Amino acid sequence: MYRYIIKRVLLAILTVFIVSAITFFGMNAIPGGPFNKEKAPSAEVQAVLEARYNLDKPVPEQFAIYLKNLMKGDMGVSLKTGREISTVIGESFPISARLGGFAVLIATITGLILGSIAALKRNGIADRIIIFFTTLATAAPSFVLATLLLYVFCIKLGWTPVWSPDEPHYLLPVIALSLYPMAYITRLTKTSMLDALGQDYVRTAKAKGVANHKVIFKHALRNAVIPVITYVGPMTAYTLTGSLVIENIFTIGGLGSKFVSSITNRDYTMIMGTTIFLAAIMVTMNLLTDIVYKIVDPRIKLD
Amino acid sequence: MESNIENMPKKNIFSAQIDVAKFEKATEEEKRQQDVMSESTTFFKDGMKRLMKNPLAVGSMIFLILIVLVILIAPKVVPYSYSQINTVNGVRDKGAKNMKPFEYSELEQKYMAEGGKVFPHIMGTDEQCRDYFIRVVYGTRVSLSIGLVASVMVLIIGLLYGSISGYFGGRVDLVMMRIVDIIYSLPDLLMVILLSVVLGATITPLIEGTSLAKIGTNLIALFIVYALLYWVGMARLVRGQILTIKSNDYVLAARATGAKSGRIIRKHIIPNCISVIFISTALQVPSAIFTESYLSFLGLGVSAPMPSLGSLANYAREGLVSYPYKLIFPAVVIILIVLSFNLLGDGLRDAFDPKLKK
Repeated sequence: MYRYIIKRVLLAILTVFIVSAITFFGMNAIPGGPFNKEKAPSAEVQAVLEARYNLDKPVPEQFAIYLKNLMKGDMGVSLKTGREISTVIGESFPISARLGGFAVLIATITGLILGSIAALKRNGIADRIIIFFTTLATAAPSFVLATLLLYVFCIKLGWTPVWSPDEPHYLLPVIALSLYPMAYITRLTKTSMLDALGQDYVRTAKAKGVANHKVIFKHALRNAVIPVITYVGPMTAYTLTGSLVIENIFTIGGLGSKFVSSITNRDYTMIMGTTIFLAAIMVTMNLLTDIVYKIVDPRIKLD
Repeated sequence: MESNIENMPKKNIFSAQIDVAKFEKATEEEKRQQDVMSESTTFFKDGMKRLMKNPLAVGSMIFLILIVLVILIAPKVVPYSYSQINTVNGVRDKGAKNMKPFEYSELEQKYMAEGGKVFPHIMGTDEQCRDYFIRVVYGTRVSLSIGLVASVMVLIIGLLYGSISGYFGGRVDLVMMRIVDIIYSLPDLLMVILLSVVLGATITPLIEGTSLAKIGTNLIALFIVYALLYWVGMARLVRGQILTIKSNDYVLAARATGAKSGRIIRKHIIPNCISVIFISTALQVPSAIFTESYLSFLGLGVSAPMPSLGSLANYAREGLVSYPYKLIFPAVVIILIVLSFNLLGDGLRDAFDPKLKK
């Protein structure tokens, strides 16, 4: 177990390193630096600026300097706004995390309930309705859903106001963000629940005369949850870090929209900072999932 | 007769020394038991028969064929271009802006009153006076071809990599799978966005003047990203399949009876994993269409004026309040295409996966 964890942690660090290397060298391969504006500063000013941000050194050396600073927790300052990257991330990440946290919670709970209902009432009317809507939801891109929600409930019906930083309304973005994972979890739960209900231990429990709800919760659902966990882990990372598209549509100033705007602004340090931060979160979530998976189901062999 | 056999020298005690007299002739009824009741069938025919019994899969297939027919025929029938402003009788029609479905502009109405024929704008026009139906048709073309090309690329790279890794095994396999592990753990959407920005900017000068320039740098970048990142799932699948099938008892039995590697690959490994690989390719198409539409939505997809379903949906956001149908049309097409591919993939899996046979 410990050997496995150490191996995975090393792989995770390597992954984050590779992500930062790809990003760093990729960014530098783009023609046109951050100071190439229409009104180009004079050559002296440019030289001073480049020296200040170490842009005059060879690219591998710049990368080494960057990594060294990163170890100290210093991600540098944004080339566009001059603000500390860590402050910007510190401001925008909580918004994304709150949004993503709600979405994960709603998606997992509703998904588990709907999936269990569909499995228990197999081929019944409830099952058919649930499967119809979840199939539809997995086929709709989230930007379509989000835009439609925004159009219908904000603009046409006026039930919820549009997002503003002072008065955040989480309802619509959370629904838009949670629909796809909810549909996916529902289908996943249904399959694994059906599988669990057909197992011998469920039949034994029923034969012993265990109450129906106990069979469902203690024997079937507990085992059916295992595949769901493998999905929820990585999904949490994606939603916590903020869906790029949803934040864009609802104009929420979370980490996702910061990432997109930094790319369009060609803000190298900002791109580096957000990418490494997002990658680190995703890799950590994957790692945690695998470890939790092992704890929940001792039958699983690691490696 | 009987004594003959008893007296025969038992040189080889395992050879069959059959005494014919000890056997009875089969009755007519017993002979009939040997009759073949159903026609012999191949793996493919058997699967197709089961697929045809699945109404959802058949419906999806019909819908996809219809879509392909429409995107092939419509550009020949509809007299509008996806990139050009609407013209009436050779005159540019600046009044045909943001029209509703089946609405005619003043110029067109005048022309029709004079006896001219105007092809109806089935989905209206966009803010640059272009026929929206033909743009949706071309958008579907672009999105579908991206989906197909990307899936085939993933299939080829994944198949080669996975089978080499699974076939050689040992140290080669270990190293190759570590590489896959690392690529697999990269956050894919982040990498796709980053790489398409980087590649989009770097390959522009490289392809200038060549026929590739027509496709657009963003699209090429998207394909390169797919070729770089998305094959790992397929490679893992192929390798896993080969490893499991290789260790099956029937392969051991075939080897024991003297089958050569070629025969084992042809008769045992390929038929047993081809369906899984094929289905996973079919399910890759909607995922590629999704990815492209996300990138187009963020402004990193196909370059204007070429439309894709994602970029059409993106442009439609600006006038959403006044012209919601501009979002509805491409959105419905994306949903239906993805839905059909998903249902068809599920149907294929149910029909062709030998492990699900009852």
